[in-house]
Amino acid sequence: MELRPILSTLRRHKLTATLLVLQAALTCAIVCNVVFMIANRLQRISVPTGIAESELSVIPSASIEEGENPQARHAADLAALRGVRGVQSAVAVSYSLPLDRSESSSGICPSKQALDRAMQLNTIEGSGCMQPAVYDGTPGLVGTLGLHLVAGRDFRPEDYVSQGKPAVAIVSRALAQHLYPGKQALGQSMYDGDNYIRIVGIVDRFLRPNLRSPGVDEDSMIWPQLPPGSGVLYVLRTAPGDRARVLQEGSAELLKLNANRLISAARTQTYEEIRAAYFQRDTTMIGLLLASALGLLFVTALGITGLANFWVQQRTRSIGIRRAIGATRGDILRYFQTENFLIVGVGIALGMLLAFLLNAELMQHYELARLPLFYLPMGALVLWGLGQLAVLGPALRAAAVPPVVATRST
Amino acid sequence: MFTYYLDLALRSLKRNRMLTALMVLAIAVGIGASMTTLTVTHLLSGDPLPGRSQHIFYPQVDASPAGYSKSGPLDMLDYRSAVDLWSAHRADRQALMAGSEVKVRAPDTTLPPLMVPMLATTSDFFAMFQVPFQYGTAWTAADAASRARVAVISSDLNDRLFGGADSVGKTLRLKDSDVRIVGVMKKWRPSPLFYDVRAGRFAEGQTSSFYGKPEDVFMPFFSGLDVNDGNFWQFTCWGSVPRPGHLQDAPCVWVGLWVQLDDAAKVADYRAFIANYAQQQKQLGRFATTQTRMPGLMEWLVFNHVVPSDVKLQTWLAFAFLAICLFNMIGLLLAKFLRRSSEIGVRRALGASRGAVFAQCLVEAGMVGLVGGIGGWLLTLLGLWLVRRQPVEYADLAHLDPGMFGLTFALAVAASLLAGLLPALRASRIAPALQLKTL
Repeated sequence: MELRPILSTLRRHKLTATLLVLQAALTCAIVCNVVFMIANRLQRISVPTGIAESELSVIPSASIEEGENPQARHAADLAALRGVRGVQSAVAVSYSLPLDRSESSSGICPSKQALDRAMQLNTIEGSGCMQPAVYDGTPGLVGTLGLHLVAGRDFRPEDYVSQGKPAVAIVSRALAQHLYPGKQALGQSMYDGDNYIRIVGIVDRFLRPNLRSPGVDEDSMIWPQLPPGSGVLYVLRTAPGDRARVLQEGSAELLKLNANRLISAARTQTYEEIRAAYFQRDTTMIGLLLASALGLLFVTALGITGLANFWVQQRTRSIGIRRAIGATRGDILRYFQTENFLIVGVGIALGMLLAFLLNAELMQHYELARLPLFYLPMGALVLWGLGQLAVLGPALRAAAVPPVVATRST
Repeated sequence: MFTYYLDLALRSLKRNRMLTALMVLAIAVGIGASMTTLTVTHLLSGDPLPGRSQHIFYPQVDASPAGYSKSGPLDMLDYRSAVDLWSAHRADRQALMAGSEVKVRAPDTTLPPLMVPMLATTSDFFAMFQVPFQYGTAWTAADAASRARVAVISSDLNDRLFGGADSVGKTLRLKDSDVRIVGVMKKWRPSPLFYDVRAGRFAEGQTSSFYGKPEDVFMPFFSGLDVNDGNFWQFTCWGSVPRPGHLQDAPCVWVGLWVQLDDAAKVADYRAFIANYAQQQKQLGRFATTQTRMPGLMEWLVFNHVVPSDVKLQTWLAFAFLAICLFNMIGLLLAKFLRRSSEIGVRRALGASRGAVFAQCLVEAGMVGLVGGIGGWLLTLLGLWLVRRQPVEYADLAHLDPGMFGLTFALAVAASLLAGLLPALRASRIAPALQLKTL
């Protein structure tokens, strides 16, 4: 394909060509960044929790009677809940579950020396101590949540305490590695400032109730501590199909056992609803970003089609002349497609530069990471494809111009 | 002449309906997206106390141990400092506040108990923030001094418990105490809920919780602390708390103090007063640092980055979208005007000046903008309706006010005129002779 005639034509339509180039460049820059933001959010909302998400449901219960023994109440409630058809197992936790925003965290050190170091530094940073999320719960927590024990053992009945701090703990693999890098964590004694707590088990992963930063999101530990308060969250494990019915029957069962309690209907929900609520803002943003990326591409395509149509009409006579002196339909088609390829190509080159400038701006204000390089060829391909598609209609119409047009006067 | 241009513009727009529709659609979508996000941003960054916010301040001193709070004082006060500063009565008005959640029952009804947020505060709260009342009034200073068991409730709670009837004089059971209702607030929805704004700089942009509703129960500070003892929220603690929720002697900050200072001299005096207080407490050995801070209300909101970062991002995105739509429109208008080169040539040859052609083209662009503005207005209403359906705290606030309604059309017409500028200029430069030759 001869490029010279195309270039010389474009030189005579500088204004329109520049507009198209700028539009393609802006679209390229914005769409690259928007797609990158979508990818980031998708990654954020697909973080694994380590628990059997599709099989869990929760019922919150707050007793309002003074002076009753909360642990006896929980035991009676749990026995009733286990009797509901379809419940495979049930436990009570104080309030924490992964991604439910109710976090209790505690400073914990691999040794007493590390704690002294932290005191000296006046910060936990760099001392070796960590701030894991702490989970409590009645016996059977590991099994009910579906946590995957990779080393050591589950708690034994004698490990459990109802007041004060327990002597043993199960930690997540991430916490084990952060506290004892390169060492065997199982059997080590962690120090929390007053007591030593021995690691008896390690679970594969267990996400925090509140995400902080990817490095520490899986730092959590389980204490064999019975929920001390009268307000608890009952966690039920069932087949996914049984969840709705079990939530209803379980709540009714609890109220039958003791009507003098608060069960918040809004918080009686499946675990998947808890997770969806945590990421609600992100899913909304993904929808918005997706809609705007598609909208931008659509508008740009419309612009290309509109201008190409105009050019075809404007050049009908010259197309006719070219056809009359021997150009094939394919030649005309290719002419318009090459022209579009060149314009969009210049736009993409400019757009890549703009994409990085925009990315730098976003990095400053919205904690976005640096745009990976592979987005650029992908963005280029998408825009080139879009341009070719948008110009196809007008180009076909141009190719259909009969040579006889050359002989007409207008 | 203008009506003639309007007529010409209408004819021209009708001639190529497809192209016109495309331009109108592009403007409408761009304006709809921009105005939806702009309305939300406008709403979230407004002044919650218009006309008074410049007199409202949030003094802070720091009782935490050395090195605990490195970047200025903590966002709330410890009990002793708060009560010391409050009882000095150095400001025109001053209110202490502490938050908790309380169990509420209306003994006269059969409704199940509710857990609602409660604010323990002092009597100046209502006058200082100009809280409107539906029934009754705030409690008096005498009520507060005698530690009377009285409360003011929100209109929401009044609707839920008493069906909206005048409930002044009725009894509420708060936790385990009987409390008499002395006032019912009218609907009051400061946006953001400024007196509960804190820790925004740690929220990583997730600040939509600052736009929640005011508490449902308000009680005098000290009797409130008695009634709901054991349930009060701490902001942060630097030591262990012997009895969670009972924080009067705990190493925690959990009390907010807001003051009203009516002129600059009083502001300066108050700043000196808290600086002196910090100095004196340091000499007594109770404070490790003398750092203080006293932002004004709006300053405090800025300090806490109250507008959620997602909302800002959406606004930028919407305007980028509008920019692309405008580029599109420039191209399409250019095509449209140049296609009529011969017609313009005839007009020029018959004596129309360049200015006249330019004006005619701009009128056409403006008309596209106006029609696009109507579409944009409808799309903005749709966008705000979608925002209202989102489960975010500020959802119920998302409405188009008259100012924003006007701005929608102004923006649409301005944008399309801007887009029409270049094509109109180009069209007015068409040489008449060349065009006439090809006719």
